[in-house]
Amino acid sequence: MDAGLELRGIVAGYGQGDILRGLDLDMPAGQITCLIGPNGSGKSTVLRVISGLLAPREGRVRLAGKNVTGWSPRAMLTHGVAHVPQERSLFPAMSVWDNVLMGAYISSDGDAVERRAAEIAQRFPIVARRRHDLAGSLSGGEQKTVEIARTMMLDPPVLCFDEPSAGLEPRALRTVFGILAELSSDGRTILLVEQNARSGLAIAHNGAVLDAGIVRLAAPAAELLDSPDVGRLYLGAS
Amino acid sequence: MSPLLAAEGLTKSFGGIRALDACSFEIAEGSVSALIGPNGSGKTTAFNVITGYQPADAGRLTFRDRAVRRPDPCRLQRLGLARTFQQARVFPGLSVLENVVLGRNQPWHALLRGRVPGTDRRRAEDLLDEFGLAAHAGVPAGRLSYGQRKLLEFASVLMAEPVLVLLDEPTAGINPIMVKTMEDHIRQRHALGITFLIVEHEMKFVMRLCDPVIVLDRGRPIACAAPEEVQNDPRVLDAYLGD
Repeated sequence: MDAGLELRGIVAGYGQGDILRGLDLDMPAGQITCLIGPNGSGKSTVLRVISGLLAPREGRVRLAGKNVTGWSPRAMLTHGVAHVPQERSLFPAMSVWDNVLMGAYISSDGDAVERRAAEIAQRFPIVARRRHDLAGSLSGGEQKTVEIARTMMLDPPVLCFDEPSAGLEPRALRTVFGILAELSSDGRTILLVEQNARSGLAIAHNGAVLDAGIVRLAAPAAELLDSPDVGRLYLGAS
Repeated sequence: MSPLLAAEGLTKSFGGIRALDACSFEIAEGSVSALIGPNGSGKTTAFNVITGYQPADAGRLTFRDRAVRRPDPCRLQRLGLARTFQQARVFPGLSVLENVVLGRNQPWHALLRGRVPGTDRRRAEDLLDEFGLAAHAGVPAGRLSYGQRKLLEFASVLMAEPVLVLLDEPTAGINPIMVKTMEDHIRQRHALGITFLIVEHEMKFVMRLCDPVIVLDRGRPIACAAPEEVQNDPRVLDAYLGD
């Protein structure tokens, strides 16, 4: 899998306003890049641009060197870029198993989907254990795990996570971050947008700090963990 | 000198989540205070409880040396406490001028007949002038830009001549020029004697405008100090960056 992502000069926003104002960001193939930043800095907008939910007004998105700027979400998904949103996105009134099958809704090969679901159930034991339960009956951490399992149905080489720690208690957070680290060790490219900056940087290879729509700091994650500049950016020091 | 507003032991839970946990703080008269904190720290809940939009489970509130036993938005407005909301709340079908006029409690029959006292009308026109919205006075408020709606909401709460204004994220979703405009209006009104309590995520705005800065984490204050002190407080950094 050589599926690095590269954003150059991205300007994007909603209505007449720009949220991203010339953003450059590199997400090397096979590594976790953790994007942090204060509220409103544009983190979720970066994910929306990558996954095709928001077309940038300016700039380029490159996937494995190929220009994919402005591609539709379906096209991005077909080319292996999956997006796990911040809010809970399972269908609560459907079973865990049916939710997982929905992860391959763009596939028309029913047998292959069933085979893949069986593999997923092996990798994510909760899918097998709770397969008949309604997704809405799972805890927050379990739902997030099933969301990730569902995303893995298409075996995407690039995964974008929007604040996977949101609303999770510490043990569930450790479980979810452990899964992310495992997925990375498979060689997948992961963009992790995270409000819990220290936890996110702790499992990442690279870090970037977004502020007012541009990347202010980019460095190996371990360096950012110790950098006093990160706190200064969060708290508005000049 | 006693504080203008004192919250003591405010507690509010939603299901198993304690949004405010015995939260106490004071707002000095004449200050521009900030209430900051990471997502979910209880800032907006504090606003809602103080202004009577949500009942507290426990705690006491004192405003202008009076115990406010059951906070009620209308009664508090008459006492001199007004607020804005994260998403500007205006009446989109009413004109910009009508929106401002409604900022002061009007008798229902006056509203039905469109007979607003001349003094209120003139005052509303002055406010629109002050906020650069006079040219839009007759336009339905729904046609204003988002930033203009935020200014309109601010102007409207001033109609009631409050002594304390709570601003909930006044710069959220507005462009940098409008942020500066908002800051200028707050400074001007502060100079005229209004006390402000501001919930805001835009830290540069907070740090240049507010003192003290109260930091909430998990429903209770962890710091209340001048901006530079808060910026260097390791507890505040821990709250924002996670453990």
